[in-house]
Order: sequence, then structure tokens, then C-alpha cells
Amino acid sequence: MQAVKYARAGSVEEAVNLLQDGGDGARPLAGGTDVIVQARERTRDIDLFVDIKHIPELISIEYSADSGLTIGAATPCYQLYGDSAIADLYPALVDCTSLIGGTAIQGRASLGGNLCNSSPAADGIPSLIVLEAQVEIAGPNGRRTVAVEDFCTAPGRNVLESGEFVVKLHFPAPAEGSGARFLRFIPRNEMDIAVANAATQVRLDSDGVVTWARVAVGAIAPTPLLVADATDALVGQPLSEETIAAAAAASRAAANPITDMRGSIRQRVHLAGVLTERTIRQAAERAA
Amino acid sequence: MASEHIVVSCTINGEQQVFLANQRDSLLEALRDRIGLTGAKEGCNNGNCGACCVNMDGRIVNSCLVMAAECEGAEIRTVEGLASGDQLSPLQNAFLEQAALQCGICTPGFLVAAEALLEQNPDPTEHEIRYWLAGNLCRCTGYDQNIKAVQQAAGQSVI
Repeated sequence: MQAVKYARAGSVEEAVNLLQDGGDGARPLAGGTDVIVQARERTRDIDLFVDIKHIPELISIEYSADSGLTIGAATPCYQLYGDSAIADLYPALVDCTSLIGGTAIQGRASLGGNLCNSSPAADGIPSLIVLEAQVEIAGPNGRRTVAVEDFCTAPGRNVLESGEFVVKLHFPAPAEGSGARFLRFIPRNEMDIAVANAATQVRLDSDGVVTWARVAVGAIAPTPLLVADATDALVGQPLSEETIAAAAAASRAAANPITDMRGSIRQRVHLAGVLTERTIRQAAERAA
Repeated sequence: MASEHIVVSCTINGEQQVFLANQRDSLLEALRDRIGLTGAKEGCNNGNCGACCVNMDGRIVNSCLVMAAECEGAEIRTVEGLASGDQLSPLQNAFLEQAALQCGICTPGFLVAAEALLEQNPDPTEHEIRYWLAGNLCRCTGYDQNIKAVQQAAGQSVI
């Protein structure tokens, strides 16, 4: 382990000050399931952990029909998938938080941490993208909000600047007739990193016409991707084999993966299409 | 350097403990090297194997992925807390009777994780047991005996 020091922040302002004073070597500590390993294995230079879990708004779940869902960035996965409002209204968040790591990881790991780790294969981010999450960031210049699809910029990199950290994630209330689904492909049943993953949210009107759609795919490009062409392929028509196939083709076209120990380029491009197709069908079932 | 050390106060297996830790210590290092509780094992030291599993505030965690400094005020339970004196817990006895261990390195993690499962779900299905224990790796048993041991401890008939 690097010579990491530890500080516990009691407020957002205190955390910003600690991070700013700590400079580039200071990192927020939420669940720690990625960042502690990175400090130990020296894949990031870290000399200060600023523990943000004792700031009340960082561990919170609030839902109202008017303002939608707001979750504290450090809220652990088990609290998210155990929440009745999330289970009822945002099942795509249950899909992803219940398969990130195993039980012991889910007791600590958070969606804010999954986002800030900014892995191309992050299992939380595709759901955040299709659910239109807005990322609330606190920093030396106050607060700002970034659309989640604009947050990651490269593997392990994101838009956070020195002294900034993610405080909350905001989601609009789900509109009538909408449904969302996240799926991951791994070669075993659990406890693995995605070869590819995908999420879809669709909205259907009473005639079954798709009025709104978002498809996001992960582990197939340097960052999780919002596939704009998949939206174009789906919206304005009833769901059909043709529109689903066109959306899957859009995901395959958007894919720009690498070959590594988990999968080849060819396999990942194929999976981007398969997972797009399956998440569309299963999101539509949830919309019904 | 004195400034690198911190005093941590927490409850471990029901007893109040105050210990000195380096700020860079994980909970696993603190338990093993500073407190002398060597039940939790270091396997992978990166959160994959579950050999270091302990219970923290009612949830299982990989103690290699928790900083000792994070444990201020926490309630920690380790495998050493399962038995009462020389009386093994029903789960520990079930692991013995089902031969759910061979080399034993993974066993403390399995016991702590399975105990937490049975606390919140006293009658789990085989599927629930397998998913709950997915973060605990065992290279000896092939898992079936471990699952049967949990089923036995839950009072289920074991085939």
C-alpha cells in the first residue's frame, strides 16, 4: 500500500477543502472497492483518502413523483436494490447493483464510485445513461451538474477537476409507459467483469408505438456509450423485428472495442448487438 | 512517523477494542497484525476471493477493502466470534460434518458470510446460498459440500 493518509469529512464543504488541499494525490473514498485496490497496486498515485461516507447527503435515497429519484453518490449497492421505490420504479438500477461484485462488495460499493472509477466495463453506467441520470458535482467553485453520458472521457478518466467529487445522482420520475432493463454478458454466473453489457429504456404509447428510447452499451469502447442511432431506429414506430434489428445494428456500428483476456473485438461487437436486442425486448415487457 | 498512526476504537466480537493502526492499514492488516485475530485470511488482497470476509455493522465486507481507519465506531464480527468458548456454532459443526473444507484457507470467510446469510434469511434456497457465497472462492471442495453445510445449518434436509 502507498503511504495513504485518511481523513473523514463531515460535510461537502469539508470534503472539497480536503480534496483541494490534498491536490492530485487526494481521492474521495466511498465504498473503496476499486480505489483501495488501486492504491495498493499502485495503479493510481494516491496519498490521501477523503472518506465521504459520513456526509449525510452522500448516503441517501429520496423519491417523489415530482422531483424523481435522488441518491447519494456513496450509497452502497445493497441499500439501492433493497429500496422499494427503486425496485418498483427503477428496476434497471436493481439489475446492475445486484450483480456488481459479490455480496461483500455490494455491502460497500456505490453507483457514484462505479461512475467515478470510469471503467469502460462499469456495470452501473449503462443503466444511469438510459435512465437520464444527472450527476451533481461539488467543487471549489460550488456545484455543477453534468449529464451522465458526458461524464466519462477515457478509461479511468472523467470530467472531474481538482477538488471536485460527485455528491448525488438525480433521475427523472419514469414517464407513463416506460420500462428499462440492464444485462451483462460474462462467461460464468456471477462475480466477473463484463465482456459486454447494455441497458435500454423505452416508452410505449397505448398503440404500442415507441415514443422515446435510449440504448447504452458498455465494455465495447473506451467509455460506456449512448447509442444515438439506436434511438433513431426505434422511435416513431411500433416495436418490430426490423426496428429491433436496426437498433442492434446501430450498437454494433457504434462499438469500438479491444481484444483482451475477457473477449475479442469480434465477440464484443456481436454481444453489443445481442444485448441491445435483449434489453429492448425486456425493457418493452417491463413497459407493458 | 507518529503522524502516520491513528487510534481506532471499535467493537470486535462484542468487546470494545482500542488499537493503534497505521493510516494505510486495511482492516485485515489491523485484525491480523495489530489485534492478533488471524482467522480472517489474506488470499488475493484485492476483493476477489472472500477469504478475509468479516461482518461490519451487520453486513459482510472484504476486510482487505476496508481501511482500518474507517472502522472508528464500527461493530466488527470475525470468525473468532462464532463459537462460544469451545462450543462450535451449528454452522461450524455443519461444515465439519459435511466435510466442507480441505485446506481451510477459505473457511473463515465462508463461515462469516454464511452466518450473515442465515441471520437475514434463515431458510435460503440453494440458488440464494450460491449467489450469496459467490464472492467466496474455494479451490478444494467444488462448493457442493459448502452449500450442503449451509443447508444443514438451516435445518434443511441434505441429500
